[in-house]
Amino acid sequence: MSVDTEEQSRSTSRDEAVAELEQDWGERPSLRSWFSTVDHKRIGRRYMVTAGVFFILAGTDAMILRTQLARPNATVLSPEAYDQLFTMHGTAMIFLFSTPMFFGFGNFLVPLLIGARDMAFPRLNAFGYWVFVFAGTVMFTSQLVGRAPDGGWFGYVPLTDTPYSTGINLDVYSLGLLFLGVSTTAGAINFIVTVVKMRAPGMSLNRMPLFVWAIVGTSFMVIFALPALNLANAMLFLDRRFGAHFFDPGHGGSTLLWQHLFWIFGHPDVYIIVMPALGIVSAVLPAFCRRGVVAYPLMVLAIVTISIISFGVWVHHMFATGLPQLSYSFFSAASTLITIPSGIQIFAWLFTMLRGRIVVRTPFLFVVGFIVTFVLGGFTGVMFAITAFDQQVTDSYFVVAHFHYVLFGGAVFPMLAGIYFWLPKFTGRMYAEKLSRWAFWLVLAGFNTTFMPMHVSGLLGMPRRIYTYPGGLGWDLWNLISTIGAYILAVGLLLVLIGVVHAVRRGAPAPDDPWQGDTLEWGTASPPRPYNFAAVPRVHSLHPMWDERTTVALATGEPLPGHQAMTTSELDGREEGAIEMPEASLLPLAAAVGILVAVLGLLWAWYWTGWYWLAGAGALLIFGALARWLWPPERTPEEAGVAS
Amino acid sequence: MRRDPSRRGARAPWRLTAVGCALVLGGCARHQQSTLQASGEGAQRIEGLWWLMFWIAMAVFAEVMLLLGWALWRRRRARATIRGGDAIGGIAVLGVVIPFAILVTVYGLGLRDLNALAAPRQDPSATVEVIGHQWWWEIRYTDPAGAVTANELHIPVGEPVRVRLRTADVQHSFWVPQLMPKTDLIAGKVNQTWLKTDNVGQYRAQCAEYCGKQHAFMALMVVAQPRAEFDTWVASLARPATTTLSAAQQRGREVFERSSCASCHTVRGTPATGEVGPDLTTIGSRWSIGAGAAPNDAGHLGGWIVNSQTIKPGNKMPPQPVPAQDLQDLLSYLQSLK
Repeated sequence: MSVDTEEQSRSTSRDEAVAELEQDWGERPSLRSWFSTVDHKRIGRRYMVTAGVFFILAGTDAMILRTQLARPNATVLSPEAYDQLFTMHGTAMIFLFSTPMFFGFGNFLVPLLIGARDMAFPRLNAFGYWVFVFAGTVMFTSQLVGRAPDGGWFGYVPLTDTPYSTGINLDVYSLGLLFLGVSTTAGAINFIVTVVKMRAPGMSLNRMPLFVWAIVGTSFMVIFALPALNLANAMLFLDRRFGAHFFDPGHGGSTLLWQHLFWIFGHPDVYIIVMPALGIVSAVLPAFCRRGVVAYPLMVLAIVTISIISFGVWVHHMFATGLPQLSYSFFSAASTLITIPSGIQIFAWLFTMLRGRIVVRTPFLFVVGFIVTFVLGGFTGVMFAITAFDQQVTDSYFVVAHFHYVLFGGAVFPMLAGIYFWLPKFTGRMYAEKLSRWAFWLVLAGFNTTFMPMHVSGLLGMPRRIYTYPGGLGWDLWNLISTIGAYILAVGLLLVLIGVVHAVRRGAPAPDDPWQGDTLEWGTASPPRPYNFAAVPRVHSLHPMWDERTTVALATGEPLPGHQAMTTSELDGREEGAIEMPEASLLPLAAAVGILVAVLGLLWAWYWTGWYWLAGAGALLIFGALARWLWPPERTPEEAGVAS
Repeated sequence: MRRDPSRRGARAPWRLTAVGCALVLGGCARHQQSTLQASGEGAQRIEGLWWLMFWIAMAVFAEVMLLLGWALWRRRRARATIRGGDAIGGIAVLGVVIPFAILVTVYGLGLRDLNALAAPRQDPSATVEVIGHQWWWEIRYTDPAGAVTANELHIPVGEPVRVRLRTADVQHSFWVPQLMPKTDLIAGKVNQTWLKTDNVGQYRAQCAEYCGKQHAFMALMVVAQPRAEFDTWVASLARPATTTLSAAQQRGREVFERSSCASCHTVRGTPATGEVGPDLTTIGSRWSIGAGAAPNDAGHLGGWIVNSQTIKPGNKMPPQPVPAQDLQDLLSYLQSLK
């Protein structure tokens, strides 16, 4: 009897502690909290929704492009309009959709997967989101007013430099990407620190989920790759606006310098896009194979290897520029070898399926679709690593086919798997299985009908980036098929959207753990409470939710009180003590607005140099917001943790 | 089962199907720019490399699909159990050893072809300079010297021709799919490639690096002809324009030299020495106008002169308000330039 009372009182005191947590972490819905929130889950969802909107816009661009290309000599688009559309399609899909979408997944999921209460720098996280949404809006607004970048997403000089490009279009490109780079860099740093310092006690590096490994690998690539792009864009802006001659061979500059800088960023960026997707595959499979992904150490090794080798392959984008053959042979070898770690992952997933008991649900179907398409993209990838073959088919539709197999097959299929898989966690609702299967088959059929024929039109000699083509070169039918496929694909993706909206509005309420998943996010409510976990999870294995020690402790453990989060040691995940987490704040928004003002000032100064003053005002706003943000808070020594 | 005799010896039916499709679909085409109908020494090598890599890819794809199919089929068996272990052996063989062997082989063959593309086996018998412009090709023969034309490149059959590549403005790429893989034209740099084919014919080519609004219409015709014909052609191109003109042609010439035509275009042997647009000394005999934008006939040429922007929007030639009678004379003069 007395034992019962004791247990009762303990559970009552736990309930009280949890209620207090709700007080400490909960945000009352208000206009202010909408702008000031630092909750990684709200920010993560916003990233995903915003990136989804940019996907729809850039996808609509693609549909218009395909409509123009359906027939020879079509006049749906003028050459100027076509150039802006294809540039925005590529730029937006790469910069405004893929990476932000995966940053959204990472933002929402990484703290949950490692058993943390938030990202390490919640305000930096909010700042990153605001910068992203502003940069994206600036770039798409330029399309609305017909002044979008028109030099291709790769922006090769001299075409994008004066005197060949004199409009404001390419300033939108260089300033927009610099602006966005702030967000991506902030996000990457935040991921790395979060994963290194905030993992639940017991989660040593060798117990870290593969998705988290993928996000860390991606973040390191971002940090090392992005400076090259930022540098190139800063130089381009200086060239165009202030008459610097970085890329002008007439004044000792070099046009190939742009290509090197761009691709030193650009090739790792392919892996920056695909690697989180591979992480999603590794996260989805265990739930539907009823066992962990085989060969965990090899998988981690593959992620790390790709992150490193991806920096040594960029010249394969420049195989036709006439560089020395010897250097081609090195870059060709590295580009060939980088397929090995990808192959290891593919076969590890296949063996996971062979050694598990498969349960077919929509997320699993998208993983299967991913394997089929990504493998095909991998084959053509090897072909492009072979210099002599690359010289024949590069800049033809063959390469358009190749990278859509890699980027759509390798990134969007896993992304869709991830959306269906985590929708219960993101929204607290289940999706409709039947509708989602229709979506899968239409996406798979539409995708292949669109991009398979492009291999053929490319081999038949059709170059990329042409706004139209004469009839009778053997390309007509293949282009028509591609366009029909694009419409099928659009219908499939529309069904995905309808499915998500339907789930959010009237989907069945989701249980906490609908898939019997193996990682910690399934140990939280659906959707998770603002503090994620009441008690700090204790991790004893690679699959904590399949481990009774963890699940029991999660349900009954003593809650960590206050607006605090646990920190642990970098390698072994040993408990190091709780830290106070920052409260909601409007300062991240203010700082982001400062950058927006500065960028708009620099941009509009193209019309009237007086706008440079606005850029100055923006800089002051940034400085003010950052000063206020970083000002040390007044604390007693006890609060600051220096006296005890 | 009776074997269809016509199919005997078809070792690669897929290959024939693919080429067949291309032929059927491009059946009405006078010109081709297909890498799968290679005619030049360089492109033929790459076509072989492509089919080799294609079949290897299909074999590996079949292997992956078999494993995937097996996994999905296995699920339907009642006894399907979850097995532990890391399958390191399987991954090592299928994911590392076999791919590595394939990659090394393909890499080696690729190096061999790269080396073969670097230079022709015999010394080139002619040298031509190709200069990219937005959006046309300037062709200048330097060995034998003197011939200048645009958007049309002639080569003698069976002999390699050296091609030196420069650009006058932005980056372009020189690609004759049936003869030779690409080489870019890069500002501040002279690149080099070569062409060789054993087959008389016309090979369409097109700029392969995005170069602005009219990247789509920057085509080039490579004409391979017997040595004697080539010599005649080059010699005729090196000569100044003919001066024996009919009355109408003479009036047309006066229009040309009096109006703005001459400030941008050259007709060698006349006072017209403009260097902005293509040399028009042999415009009457070219395969197209506007680098593939329209056929070269009186109607299109007239339309081009009056307002080329309707035919090739964005090109650098402004509309020319030429009176109707002057235009007729101008056309007869231009068509006489062969």
